[in-house]
Amino acid sequence: MHKPRSRRRWHIAVFLAPAVLVYSAVMILPLFDTLRLSLFTEGPEGRVFAGLANFRTLFGDPNWSRQFWNALANNFWFFLIHMAVQNPIGIALAAILSAPGLRLAGFYRSAIFIPTILSFVIVGFAWKLILSPIWGIAPSMLDAVGLKSWFAPWLGREETALTTLALISVWQFVGIPMMLIYAALLSIPDEILEAAECDGVTGWSAFWKIKLPLILPSIGIISILTFVANFNAFDLIYAAQGALAGPNFSSDILGTFLYRTFFGFQLQLGDPYMGSAIASAMFAVILVGVCIYLFGIQTRIRRYQL
Amino acid sequence: MSRARTNPLNSVAAHAALITYTLIALFPVWVIVTNSFKSRRAIFSEPLALPDADSFSLIGYQTVMRQGDFVLYFQNSMIVTVVSLALILIFGAMAAFALAEYRFRGNTLWGLYLALGIMIPIRIGTVAILQGMVATGLVNTLAALILVYTAQGLPLAVFILSEFMRQVSDDLKDAGRIDGLSEYRIFFRLVLPLVRPAMATVAVFNMIPIWNDLWFPLILAPAEQVKTLTLGSQVFIGQFVTDWNAVLSALSLAVLPVLVLYIVFSRQLIRGITSGAVK
Repeated sequence: MHKPRSRRRWHIAVFLAPAVLVYSAVMILPLFDTLRLSLFTEGPEGRVFAGLANFRTLFGDPNWSRQFWNALANNFWFFLIHMAVQNPIGIALAAILSAPGLRLAGFYRSAIFIPTILSFVIVGFAWKLILSPIWGIAPSMLDAVGLKSWFAPWLGREETALTTLALISVWQFVGIPMMLIYAALLSIPDEILEAAECDGVTGWSAFWKIKLPLILPSIGIISILTFVANFNAFDLIYAAQGALAGPNFSSDILGTFLYRTFFGFQLQLGDPYMGSAIASAMFAVILVGVCIYLFGIQTRIRRYQL
Repeated sequence: MSRARTNPLNSVAAHAALITYTLIALFPVWVIVTNSFKSRRAIFSEPLALPDADSFSLIGYQTVMRQGDFVLYFQNSMIVTVVSLALILIFGAMAAFALAEYRFRGNTLWGLYLALGIMIPIRIGTVAILQGMVATGLVNTLAALILVYTAQGLPLAVFILSEFMRQVSDDLKDAGRIDGLSEYRIFFRLVLPLVRPAMATVAVFNMIPIWNDLWFPLILAPAEQVKTLTLGSQVFIGQFVTDWNAVLSALSLAVLPVLVLYIVFSRQLIRGITSGAVK
């Protein structure tokens, strides 16, 4: 602000203020307040400072730590299934869709994206009904292809509930990697592919050798988006299995664990301080993941100037 | 397009794969909607058949209309979504304009500060958000949800919109300044109309997560009067879990509004994603 503009430029503050105020008051301050609350506990006369006692309980008390590590491990499994199933399917669909001259591409694209726009409540209940042994849609369909013996009440068994839920979530969200990869594939200039063709690189080898390296940055972004979304997931498990994330907590993830602790369930009373401690742990996990991506992966991915 | 890259066999295989996956994607929705128009006996005896004159029944919808206040839920969802989107767009565009247009001390810092929320989910702060809403008396009001969704949507909105605002020509704005327009008029009259496509992209990105959210309605506004459609159908289905007609009808009614929104906006949404708005 030099001489020609000696008057204060109030309009900058006016433009910034509403966004900064709402964002700070409803997002940033509560975030730090939650981290702070994790250091307190309920004393006889209200809130008292407790240092790291909540975290000692969370990691030290066998009742709490068993639940925490169970939820964290389940959450990693949930994420791994997304990475191993959702992203390859998404990339494959995008690769097929982006083939030049494919008819009806717009129709397929819109139809495959439909599950992504549905709410978790719809998705959770719809699949619960379809997989229900009472209704019998899943067993009769398996019967039609001669695989009836494969059927089991997958959502009701401890060994399979979490994997089934993860696959339902994959079914729901496959549209997102598909769209982002599709966009990345379309942005590859034709000259590059034609040059490769002249060198005899076509079809599959063109995909592996030319296109895949060029879309790696997009795959990186999809991975970190999936990571953040999975580690604060809650809705699908809650809609399909309830707050207890049954059977016997086998589908419990950090989001449902936080909800149960914060609000209480059955005989256990809600505890905002332990809830804050779990939220802080989630924050730490997400922060570590984002840092690994930003400093470990994003800087190493080779980017090509197109 | 060169002919070397397409051969008929490949294209048959491509269509086969895409049709298979399209069926997988649409089958559950299809089953739910068709069965919601059937009588209870037909739902169980012929789950994959279309409703015919014999099995057609609207009993599920009648139960839903009698027992659940779906019109109210729909209205609540509508208010929350529309007001949140309006606030995200106007506040986001104003902040984006400030960051893109003016050089001032702390410009980059404010930008980074606002971008933090792109990667950090707002749910982490739920405990303190609820306490804040209790302290200000906003619990069980739609305003609480609107505030949360506005805060949640702003970071990405500012990020996308400021990218677009940098492309608005300086000559145009300087011409406005020479004509004596105030900075506010330059923003509202000249710049906003030019970034309308980007605003539409931001709106479409935010619309679906806000409409579908279950976490914050459950925690901040669970009262009957302020239930959103997502929470309302969750609670309704939980209560009527053995009444299959009612459950299937409630699910179909919950699918309908998003499906209509999607059909109206899908071109915008797909253009938004494929134009590289998220990079």
